[in-house]
Amino acid sequence: MADVTTAQDVVTYRESVAEGIAREMRRDPSVVCLGEDIGAAGGVFKTTVGLFEEFGPERVWDTPISEQAIVGAAMGAAMTGMRPVAEIMFSDFLACCWDYLANEIPKVRYMTGGQVTVPLVIRTANGGGLGFGAQHSQSVENWALTVPGLKIAAPSTPADVVGLMASAIRSDDPVVFFEHKGLFASKGRPAPDGHVVPFGEAAVLRQGADVTLVALASTVPLALTAADRLAAEGIEAEVLDLRCLIPLDVTAVLRSVERTSRLVVVEENPYQGGWGGTVVSVVADEGFELLDAPVKRVAGANVPLPFADALEDQVIPTVDKVVDAVRSLATY
Amino acid sequence: MTETTATDLLALHETMTLIRRTEKAAHDLFLSGLVKGTTHLAAGHEAVAVGTRSALQDGDYAFATYRGHHHAIAWGATPEECLAEFMQRSTGLNKAKGGSMHLTKAEAGMLGSYAIVGAHLPIAVGAAWSARLRKTDQVSVAFFGDGATNIGAFHEALNLASVWKLPVLFVCENNFYMEYTPIASVTGVGNPAADRAPSYGIPAEVIDGNDVVAVRDAVARAAGRARAGDGPTVLEAQTYRHYGHSRTDPAKYRPDGELERWLERDPLTVSAGRLREAGTSDDDIKAAEDRAAAVVDQAVAGAKAAPQADLSEAFTDVWADGGAAWRT
Repeated sequence: MADVTTAQDVVTYRESVAEGIAREMRRDPSVVCLGEDIGAAGGVFKTTVGLFEEFGPERVWDTPISEQAIVGAAMGAAMTGMRPVAEIMFSDFLACCWDYLANEIPKVRYMTGGQVTVPLVIRTANGGGLGFGAQHSQSVENWALTVPGLKIAAPSTPADVVGLMASAIRSDDPVVFFEHKGLFASKGRPAPDGHVVPFGEAAVLRQGADVTLVALASTVPLALTAADRLAAEGIEAEVLDLRCLIPLDVTAVLRSVERTSRLVVVEENPYQGGWGGTVVSVVADEGFELLDAPVKRVAGANVPLPFADALEDQVIPTVDKVVDAVRSLATY
Repeated sequence: MTETTATDLLALHETMTLIRRTEKAAHDLFLSGLVKGTTHLAAGHEAVAVGTRSALQDGDYAFATYRGHHHAIAWGATPEECLAEFMQRSTGLNKAKGGSMHLTKAEAGMLGSYAIVGAHLPIAVGAAWSARLRKTDQVSVAFFGDGATNIGAFHEALNLASVWKLPVLFVCENNFYMEYTPIASVTGVGNPAADRAPSYGIPAEVIDGNDVVAVRDAVARAAGRARAGDGPTVLEAQTYRHYGHSRTDPAKYRPDGELERWLERDPLTVSAGRLREAGTSDDDIKAAEDRAAAVVDQAVAGAKAAPQADLSEAFTDVWADGGAAWRT
């Protein structure tokens, strides 16, 4: 992980979640939150600390363990004038309310011929690296990507958490907002006042001429660390943080590949059905002639997530795996 | 109790006839090949939708199921909009993008028909939550079948509505069949919705779903409680569908004589009987029925004459900006 913190890196990713929500709740009274333990308890990941105290029980609602009711109620409220922000504690639990993400929320506007809008955010703690085992560690952003009609954000830095949260809550479309568990304790620069990161704009976090590393959320610091190590070997990697999966900024990917002619996608979700497959298919289709080497995907393995740290490292992306993938392309 | 005058009742009878005629037209158009896909006709269920709507206010919300033609029309969708939708016309209620199972009249508060059993109950709860947050006196109605009472979303919705004391009416149309299977053979209690309600601390009534006045009175009581801040109510309206589950179902599983017994208590027969008791003449009843029939005849002609679905609509309405762009 990129651990080169500076004096300006004073806020955590975790507290930026609550900060991003609070900023929007202050500017728009139609924003309300619901979820399990999000009120006085401040959330099991402490990502909603302070919201209940500032905004009270009419805007921050504790729910039963009842994922269908949480997301279904958020949908009904969104269709009738509110901007709900629903928390699903672990992204694995999206499976408990998957009907709403697969069949209801993304389709109701289309199938009614545009009669309704669904301006809601479903926030969820995603990803592995913390030893929570197979049912609390998955990276499931690719689940959401399988369904047309959902926007998908997955920030990698505290400032992006705030900026993307602003865009998510202001969006008139439904957004699934993946907060990475492995990043909660990470620190960065605070978001300036009024900070908004538009959806569908990848960030070039490091420039390089030899290879493009496309990353998202947890794999961004991992790619940056890999890039530092590769630079010591004389390989300059360009690192792109997609920040969103929908809209997908494939233009930024193609522009970068135009400069580097090599592409490695670093994704934590499983290789089978992972979002990198969509990215590389666009590059194969529209950027084939830009490439001087095969594309590589460093992805989660196609197995359930094991518990033991050493086993988990075997099956999720690591700096070593990224470095190895890039080296194999450099000599191609 | 809501007073129901003979004039009120005649209007309800006319709306129920409008629905019955629309369902018959949908059935006939399907047989003639002009309606494709599937339909789940609500003939027999009219009194539940019409009685409920008549006891509510403008702005109250309705959430329906794939058997939802009667709810859409009760909330103000025209037969022509509905038939045009079934016939894939650009003038369809949902621009030919929803079909029979997804009729929606959002401007009238009818916020959709949902074809995943039970899914809309939590959504209706959310609309009621929103009414409370916005400090309106709106109530939200979820219509659902007996089969929906065995799915998790039903139970999650009832519990949340109860603990948050939300203005929701859960209106079960118990037609005694879960698709092709008698509901009694797959449910552990006799009244699939009403018997579950007490376990969530919700009051419930079992009512005659074929008597529009009984439905109207029960809904008025429940809506009154909801608007007073006393929370949700479960109403289980016993009724019967005249057709099979869907277009492909001839309903051969029904015992001999069952349909005939229910037809004796057809909601239109019941309302006509009540009208006569109230002194309405047969001529006035027939005039109302003729008006409904004329509207549906015109609707069939109008829908047939309308242009087919506009091809550009395949790529609109995914996002709020009207478009479907997923990438840069």
